[in-house]
Amino acid sequence: MAQVTTGERKSIFSLFNFIALIVLGMGIYLTYLRFTGGLAAVTHLSDYNPWGLWISFDLLCGVALAAGGYVTSSAVYLFGMKKYHSAVRPAILTGFLGYALVFLAINYDVGRPWRLPYPLVVQQGTTSVLFEVGLCVATYLTVLFIEFSPAALEWLGLKKARNLVVKLTILLTIFGVVLSTMHQSSLGSLFLIAPSKLHPLWYSPYIPIYFFVTSIIAGLSMVIFESTLSHRFFGYKMDETHRKEANDITLGFGKAAAYVLAGYFAIKVMGISSSNHWHYLKTGYGAWYLVELLGFVALPSILYAIGVRVKSTGLIKWTSVLAVLGVILNRFNVCLVAFNWQLPPNERYFPSWMEIGISVFIVMIGLLLYRFIVTRMPILYEHPEYKGAH
Amino acid sequence: MDQVFYTLQDFMTHTESVTYLLVIATLIGMTLFWLFLTGGKKED
Repeated sequence: MAQVTTGERKSIFSLFNFIALIVLGMGIYLTYLRFTGGLAAVTHLSDYNPWGLWISFDLLCGVALAAGGYVTSSAVYLFGMKKYHSAVRPAILTGFLGYALVFLAINYDVGRPWRLPYPLVVQQGTTSVLFEVGLCVATYLTVLFIEFSPAALEWLGLKKARNLVVKLTILLTIFGVVLSTMHQSSLGSLFLIAPSKLHPLWYSPYIPIYFFVTSIIAGLSMVIFESTLSHRFFGYKMDETHRKEANDITLGFGKAAAYVLAGYFAIKVMGISSSNHWHYLKTGYGAWYLVELLGFVALPSILYAIGVRVKSTGLIKWTSVLAVLGVILNRFNVCLVAFNWQLPPNERYFPSWMEIGISVFIVMIGLLLYRFIVTRMPILYEHPEYKGAH
Repeated sequence: MDQVFYTLQDFMTHTESVTYLLVIATLIGMTLFWLFLTGGKKED
């Protein structure tokens, strides 16, 4: 294998590895409970609340936060913003792992996971939004795998296969944008069927557009956030190009995120206006809605803008955390907090510790895979044999 | 905002009027925000 090492190897006896070992042990045990005892053994899900933490966090947040792949690759390959090129591979990798883990999580969540391929090969529910989501996610996961594969093929030294896949870059990017536009919005469309269950402030006929726009915000912010973490923990793996382009990426993506957040704020206010739901803002749910809208949409937009104006990459990096938390909060609000809002408190859903444990387990698998890949494959640096050959 | 609407016509007239005003405000606001966003320190 064409192993390229650009920095030191760290000891396996670290605090992170110790925590990872505990989380993996717990996760394997909970997985055993889940697949031997069924959903009731580990979850608080019920007929009233069939979608819990695994859908709101692992799926809805997972898909949104993995949007960096299509956002970055379309910026670079479709809009010609070559100065962000070094962000493409880390973003594609994050997207690929994100979608792969969504697929893993959905196996825990559905009652009979072995029937997951049924909509594809047995019975196509072509009028169902969920069918479209399933089809798009399955196809996009394949596209992301192919988009990611040049890094793995360079690492394996398979030059011919790598050159063949690289020729498909534009086609794959277009596929990625089309599929992402479809399923990111369709995840919001899933809630169109439940106008009486979702609180009016979060329910809107425009919810597919909200989901799509927030996925762009999540994608842009995740690239900044992930790039910050990569610098902190894998900086020794980065080559000169990646280090030089890092500030441009932070400023450029911060500027885009500020503007998209401002647009999202505007269409959210228009959504309240067109349904005439102003009076709900005076209620407790209204206060919580304003926390989301002002604290996690308007505030990051302004902070991003200030950061871009004064060229403060530190401020932009911290703001990316706020923006990512905002998207997570939005998905939690839509799927958990504001869903079934009229049910009495004793019928409301709160996840069991085992559901949280499985989610932590899945995130940990993602972190370990990310670390395994970036410390071996040319993600944060260009392979010497392919310098400038993109 | 808490007023009662007796016909769909009344409701649509009211909500669409407010929304159109918001659209105009958004168009102006987004232009000003873009000027703010791009008007900072120049590249060295």
